[in-house]
Amino acid sequence: MITSLTAEKLAVQRGSRRLAENLGFTVKAGQALALEGANGSGKTSLLRLIAGFLPAAAGRVTLTDDGREISDPEERGRFVGWLGHHDALKASFTVSEQLAFFGKLYNAPSAGSIAGDASGASPVTTGEEKRMALLDQAHLLEQIGLARQAELPCRYLSAGQRRRLALARLLLTQRPLWLLDEPFAALDVAGKGLVARLIALHCGQGGMVIAATHEELGLGNEVLRL
Amino acid sequence: MFDWLFRYANPARFMGLTTTLLPWLSGAAVLALAAGLYLGFSAPPDYQQGRTVLILFIHVPAAIMSTMVYGCIVVASLFSLVNRHILADVAARTAAPLGAIFTLLALATGSLWGRPMWGVWWVWGDARLTSTLVQFFLYLGYIALWGAIEDETRAARICAVLALVGAVNIPIIKYSVEWWATLHQGESIMSGKLAGVFLTPWLVMMLFYVLLFVCLWLVRIRTMILERRIRSLMQGAS
Amino acid sequence: MTPFLALLSRDLRLSVREGGGAALALVFFALVATLVPLGVGSDLALLAKVGSGVLWVGAALAALLSLDRLFQADYEDGSLDLIALSPLSLEGTAAAKILAHWLSIGLPLTLFSPILSVFFGLSAPTVMALTLSLAIGTPAVSAVGAILASLTLSVRRGGLILPLLVLPLLVPVVIFGAGMAVEVQTGLANGAPRFLLAFSLGATLLSPFITAMAVRLNLAG
Repeated sequence: MITSLTAEKLAVQRGSRRLAENLGFTVKAGQALALEGANGSGKTSLLRLIAGFLPAAAGRVTLTDDGREISDPEERGRFVGWLGHHDALKASFTVSEQLAFFGKLYNAPSAGSIAGDASGASPVTTGEEKRMALLDQAHLLEQIGLARQAELPCRYLSAGQRRRLALARLLLTQRPLWLLDEPFAALDVAGKGLVARLIALHCGQGGMVIAATHEELGLGNEVLRL
Repeated sequence: MFDWLFRYANPARFMGLTTTLLPWLSGAAVLALAAGLYLGFSAPPDYQQGRTVLILFIHVPAAIMSTMVYGCIVVASLFSLVNRHILADVAARTAAPLGAIFTLLALATGSLWGRPMWGVWWVWGDARLTSTLVQFFLYLGYIALWGAIEDETRAARICAVLALVGAVNIPIIKYSVEWWATLHQGESIMSGKLAGVFLTPWLVMMLFYVLLFVCLWLVRIRTMILERRIRSLMQGAS
Repeated sequence: MTPFLALLSRDLRLSVREGGGAALALVFFALVATLVPLGVGSDLALLAKVGSGVLWVGAALAALLSLDRLFQADYEDGSLDLIALSPLSLEGTAAAKILAHWLSIGLPLTLFSPILSVFFGLSAPTVMALTLSLAIGTPAVSAVGAILASLTLSVRRGGLILPLLVLPLLVPVVIFGAGMAVEVQTGLANGAPRFLLAFSLGATLLSPFITAMAVRLNLAG
């Protein structure tokens, strides 16, 4: 269980440009942090730094997991659920194929609570696991509102549907620290409501959310201005 | 161990140091060239190869520089990756075209030298010449990669990895080409015996080549540092 | 199914669905084998002499075709970020992609070569040696290619300079690969097989680590 993420005297540098200097903040389990700033101010770079892609030019980021302090960026990445600018969807793969791939890639646990569902039964055999995984993915698609598009290749999805699929993937991977880059982009009012609900739920379950966004997360969250 | 190096690797100090050094180095280079040519022309012509042995004074040093400059790039690349020093990036990038020119010179003079002996302009069986040709392509690839990546810092790291991969591969390439030449041609054609009377002029010419490279390299590094300064001033960065 | 296998099977599926599978590489290979005789003449004695070398060069070139997209496609659509954050290490990712490239390109080229060797009138033992040399050497082509593909993954139109970067490094593979066929043709053992095997093993073992390093450098952008 991760308990907090702390940044100390953090400097974000992209190539030869220093984007942000002397940043310090702490996010605790169950909290959300909104990153605000003009375009090019380094929001995405900061997210990438926290995810472990971009080395810190100065300072450090520490993730505390069950009392253990993790400062290695790549190890930190194993706790990250990433929602970036790009949707990472392959045109020829169907919605369910995409989810299935990421599920296997992330060793996503098949049983367990996704989106507020409480199913605690642990599967006995692999066949049982597979069935549970399929059931859960189907359930997930239903919750996200893509159940009808399950067998549709991703090239036929609208921008809003692609975003929803990315959200489904985020839920599926069951990572505690969510890093979201403009999560409300390309979504209609219903979609934005869904995102807000999911974020609230995730925090309610003890997860952490750091999002680069102009919109209100509606959680009484902290705001960091870059 | 490298403290003294890092002290002078600060770009500002580097500029100061090279401003003092360059006149001396270039003077020494001119002297070396004059001495080398004089000694070379005043030595008796080799009975077997005539004046063409003089090409030896231009070809072999060029070929050695071709490898040596790549060695410099490899060292700079290591510093670039490990220490992330901007001077290392600039040093590696600026050395490459110089190395490519030395390589091309080695190829051209090797061909010129070989023709009186072989009767043709190119012989594949010369393992060293063929390896030098592959080395030329490695230089071209390295230069091309620098130009292809937009972000300069990223380009420096990526090209550093390329240089190191090339460095590991070069001995393997040289070995495989030698193996191949022996396979298809029997013995390797070029022999490299130097009579004693040629050794001194050869060493002096080698010194000239090294000084020439160092001077040109330092000038190019200084130019690139100045270019970066101008660019950052124009960008309005502090 | 482990993450490694998940990525491997996805890449294989993508290669067929979006990349045309091995078709492009095989056709290119066949074209090279067609153009050379058209260029040098139909003298079968001459063609038999150059055949194994030409086929090796053709295979190496054909294997390069899809290399530039090996990492670039995932980088551009954001998949690489997600893959990098998964339980699969970057070294494992690299290994999966190298294996996928070999299975979808290198292996088909190897299996296709006996058919093309007909164009050059190669004897049966030579064809066997050539095919074996391709089987051992094409993994090295994928491995070395992957290193360069990962270094250039952020370069638009990186496919243009990729051959320039990869081919000089493949000189030993082509030399020893064709050398294996020469061994059979001349009847003299020349040591090519073990050199090729050594290079191939070395390249495939080292490549995932260097490739992962290059991917890390590019993800930092």
